[in-house]
Amino acid sequence: MDDPMVLDANAVAGDLAELFGFEVTAVVHRCAHCGNVAAVGTLLAWTHGPGVTLRCSICREVVVRFVRTGSRTFLDVRGAAYLDMQRG
Amino acid sequence: MPEPLTWQIATVTAIRAETPQVSSFTLALPAWRAHRAGQHYDVRLTAPDGYRAQRSYSIASPPSRRGEVDLTIERIADGEVSPYFHDVVEVGDRVEVRGPIGGYFVWEPVLGGPLLLIAGGSGVVPLMAMLRERAAADGAAPAVLLSSARTLEDVIYRDELAALAAADRGLRLIQTLTRAQPPGWTGYDRRIDRPMLAEALAAAGAPPLAYICGPTLLVEAAANGLVELGVPPAQVRTERFGPTS
Amino acid sequence: MSDPFVSRGFTGRAHDPGDKAGRIPPGQYLTDGFPVLSAGPTPQIGLDRWAFTIEGLVAAPITWSWEQFTALPSRDWTVDISCVTKWTKLDTAWHGVSLDDLLAAVEVDPRTRFVTAHSYGGYTTNLPLTDVLNNQAFVAWQYDDAPLEPAHGGPARLVVPHLYFWKSAKWVRGLRLMAEDEPGFWESLGYHNRGDPWREERYSGD
Repeated sequence: MDDPMVLDANAVAGDLAELFGFEVTAVVHRCAHCGNVAAVGTLLAWTHGPGVTLRCSICREVVVRFVRTGSRTFLDVRGAAYLDMQRG
Repeated sequence: MPEPLTWQIATVTAIRAETPQVSSFTLALPAWRAHRAGQHYDVRLTAPDGYRAQRSYSIASPPSRRGEVDLTIERIADGEVSPYFHDVVEVGDRVEVRGPIGGYFVWEPVLGGPLLLIAGGSGVVPLMAMLRERAAADGAAPAVLLSSARTLEDVIYRDELAALAAADRGLRLIQTLTRAQPPGWTGYDRRIDRPMLAEALAAAGAPPLAYICGPTLLVEAAANGLVELGVPPAQVRTERFGPTS
Repeated sequence: MSDPFVSRGFTGRAHDPGDKAGRIPPGQYLTDGFPVLSAGPTPQIGLDRWAFTIEGLVAAPITWSWEQFTALPSRDWTVDISCVTKWTKLDTAWHGVSLDDLLAAVEVDPRTRFVTAHSYGGYTTNLPLTDVLNNQAFVAWQYDDAPLEPAHGGPARLVVPHLYFWKSAKWVRGLRLMAEDEPGFWESLGYHNRGDPWREERYSGD
């Protein structure tokens, strides 16, 4: 990975926590493209853009995207085959 | 479920210079809640015309200090938020913040160790919170801090780290200075590479919990290096700060 | 309702537009930098592999190599650009070929009403055909008299200055001509389908 500007999901953890009501970077996901199972915190983040794009650190395909408009958040998690979350 | 994350107005109660380009800002928080080492606060600046800039800064202080947090911030020359902190902010100023944030890049003593902490520049901040937390806990697992800075005067928390290591045989410090070294320097003088990672791993003993923080390229090289040296990927946690300043 | 919090002494990067204020669309700030915005890694495309294709509702698709593409009739363009993230940059200087000239090289089916731009790396954006004809859009391979840098979309990018800059697809590799509209990467996630900065068409529903 040659891009020095890329961040990771830690950089958008605040926006995700505000949306979900809990810490999302600790949540485990399975990449829908390559099957990699890892914490959301490992996703590479492109935060400078019309929206935020989170990509698998292994295959670089899109796992999560979100757009914050004036008052709404549009969330696309099609790139995650599942999110594995602890209850309680 | 914990209370939802919302913005609050904090007050700057102290400013301390750590190095020529780095200072720590103590923020008193009306809605403080105990954080975990490794977490950060988001800071948002708003201009009179509504223009906004937002950045994340790692918490340097341990959660045992109630009601306030220290954010250690490096001044990035062409940055938007860090120059404001260094050039404008005074004690008494108010700053809009949100936090504490983070659930992946966190450590607490119950997670055990050994700990292998790798820092590039200001990436040492969240790792220092971990070491301060560790120092406050009895019988903590061994820890190694491998840290990269440009020159000796750029090493953040230098005296405190030396004091921690002097008082604790379970803490080992490995320092590299990449741009200039003082006379008689016995540490490393190059960017973090495989032999340095191997030495840090050996010092840690068993396969460690590794936390790597700093410029993106350093973090990726170190993470890949540790995995190639046999550390299970799930035990290597990373937080990228973006381009080197 | 209380006034929003304002940070003492913070003015941000925005420049006072002065006498250029009339050229700044509503809600935008003037910048003289050139922020890099991306949704993914910068593609590394060797010019020996690079190609530009027009396909879809055409009698026959056409593909140009880099040598062929940069030999097409091209010209300088000086345009103002506005990003939906609120920065506007005036008088940006490009060199490239208009979409009029590109589309003149194919037989465009009269059913064509929309164009989707496709990029190396997977990005897409959709445009009405009427927004890309008549010198409103071009593909540029030079910026400020130098080869377009990869971070800014090089080897070549689409530039559609009268719409928000997310429509100016970086690393463009071709156009697909279509009868039906197909929302692209950001248009399918809450952004406005057309994106006219002068009407502040930022989000769907604006």
